[in-house]
Amino acid sequence: MVAKEVLTGMHFMNGDEACCEGALAAGCRFFAGYPITPATEIAESMSRRLPQLGGIYIQMEDEIASMAAILGASWGGVKSMTSTSGPGFSLMMENIGLGICTETPCVVCNVQRAGPSTGLPTLIAQGDMMQARWGSHGHYEIIALSPSSPQEMFDMTIRAFNLSETYRLPVLMMADEVVGHMNERVVIPYEDEIEIISRRKPSVSREEYLPYKADDDWIAPMANCGDGYRIHVTGLTHDERGYPAMNAEAQERMVTRLVNKIRKNRDKIIATKNLYMDDVEVVVVSYGISARSAMKAVRDARSEGIRAGLIKLETVWPFPEELFRSVAGSAKALIMAEINGGQMVLELERSVRGACPVKLVSNFGGAIIHPRTILDAISKAAKGKL
Amino acid sequence: MTTAKAVRHLPPHPMDSLLRTERIPHIWCPGCGIGTVFNALLTAIKDSCYDPDAVAMVSGIGCTGRMAGYIRLDSFHTTHGRALPFATGLKLAKPDTKIIVVSGDGDLFAIGGNHFIHAARRNIDMTVVCVNNFNYGMTGGQQAPSTPLGAKTTTTINGSPEEPFNFCDLAASCGAAYVARWTAQQVRSIRSSISEAMEKRGFGFVEVIAPCPSAFGRRNRMGNALEMLKFYRGRSVIRSDIDTRDAIVDIDREIVVGKFVDIERPTFMDHYEKFNRPQMPPWRVGHPDHQKGR
Repeated sequence: MVAKEVLTGMHFMNGDEACCEGALAAGCRFFAGYPITPATEIAESMSRRLPQLGGIYIQMEDEIASMAAILGASWGGVKSMTSTSGPGFSLMMENIGLGICTETPCVVCNVQRAGPSTGLPTLIAQGDMMQARWGSHGHYEIIALSPSSPQEMFDMTIRAFNLSETYRLPVLMMADEVVGHMNERVVIPYEDEIEIISRRKPSVSREEYLPYKADDDWIAPMANCGDGYRIHVTGLTHDERGYPAMNAEAQERMVTRLVNKIRKNRDKIIATKNLYMDDVEVVVVSYGISARSAMKAVRDARSEGIRAGLIKLETVWPFPEELFRSVAGSAKALIMAEINGGQMVLELERSVRGACPVKLVSNFGGAIIHPRTILDAISKAAKGKL
Repeated sequence: MTTAKAVRHLPPHPMDSLLRTERIPHIWCPGCGIGTVFNALLTAIKDSCYDPDAVAMVSGIGCTGRMAGYIRLDSFHTTHGRALPFATGLKLAKPDTKIIVVSGDGDLFAIGGNHFIHAARRNIDMTVVCVNNFNYGMTGGQQAPSTPLGAKTTTTINGSPEEPFNFCDLAASCGAAYVARWTAQQVRSIRSSISEAMEKRGFGFVEVIAPCPSAFGRRNRMGNALEMLKFYRGRSVIRSDIDTRDAIVDIDREIVVGKFVDIERPTFMDHYEKFNRPQMPPWRVGHPDHQKGR
């Protein structure tokens, strides 16, 4: 019996399993990981499914090795991913930086739990959002997505692979314990309905090829190991040939491109979902599982006659600052709902630039935000009492 | 240096076809043992039956790691200590590639020690060449896991208080399929051991005791590079097939060299294929039975 790579149909599965199926549908054939609650089910699903499809599952000695291995596999021409939670995410930061610098497509799914340190292994938080943005040293831009349901775990994992192959960088899936562990309906479409993007290959000869010379869209075509281009790939600052270049000019050129390939393509990367945003006066902003609480709160507010709306961030990084700058002009207040001490709210405040009040509704982790807490904030904001 | 170096018309070198000649001169100090090992490695590759397009080099950080920047093969200069897990991913994704990992003693056995243990245990099919110069050369000569007890480095000015690792014993006890050690003056033996390790299906490990005259030699009053080479060679005792526990590196007494392990053992992929997909042909990137070549 031949195993199917796309399990077309309607399923009842948890978010971690949906992430695995999304990755396989996107063409992922290599997974290196290390067990960690609440992301273990992704690794377990991969260990069952990948061998059926001719892929490789390997359990590495730690998350440092896992991240290094998926970079190596990606240069071998195979779409690769790993999954983890906070403690492992910390260990991966070193080689996430290598992936950024060497422009290596791959996907890292962080099913967030409460920290700091070992924290609450089995309970939710969204406390790694700034770590996702700035966790590896040096200056760079990143792409991070935030799913709110098992269905979105499936859909966004495919998008994460497509983004990583397009923009050549590790793309982060910032999931959370509740989304990872909740079981819901997941509809997997027909194979030919799934859009798959793969890295652009060089079209020139070995002599002409410059591995880090970008096309007009700031992205360089990528030769894999064994394609005959005899590439050199280094985490040192490098020139267009990929050769180390130890000076300020080379640093400026390289980082400018690493940054611009994301910044100049923001419009194509950023995605949000809006709810009741036509006549809105109080805007709730949220992501991940907290957006589900926010959705309930906004609906309840509407039934109480308050003109509340929701902007759900599907991409958390890059942050849609222009959107919020325009929304802030007409809103009474913006409310950020997130499970941490206030991380993405800082970006929201920065974007709004004082045009309207910004309120944080949050806890430090261990439980989701009750919709009533958000509803209370909406009610106060509507009355101008924030 | 921000300006382009003056172009010097050097006579052709027999290894030019495998070198990124536009990157020469290299960064290694005069008298460094890495060049000898690099030349032996290039000769082994050139004399082998492998298509150079199907050979890849992976390195970590440090003086030895810079080999990857000079070899004209697909080459990957990764993070400190992480060459082995990177190479593991590359090898498993692209099993037809011959993988050579080059690394120093600090990179492989201090920061990368855990990865070494597991790569050898899994018997990942790759050749690992370790240039052991008893200290961290790139950063100016600090104590390493190989620094002899009592030796002076910039971080052990009164003598290192730690017992060093025996790398070959570690490799053998973790399950490496091929293990050898030579000093940098034993060039033919280095080259033949690298060739044998490349031929070996499984994890091959070749250690070379090499002079670092600029840092280690200077602080320990070992003379110039030639004197260091001769000193290590003079201390060496060839004892192949010895129990690796007795294959000591003690620069005050003897440096046991030779080929210590040469065994057949199933690789990770052998076991993986057997347990996971006995009905399928061996894993190849883009193989129609395995994936649609997306």
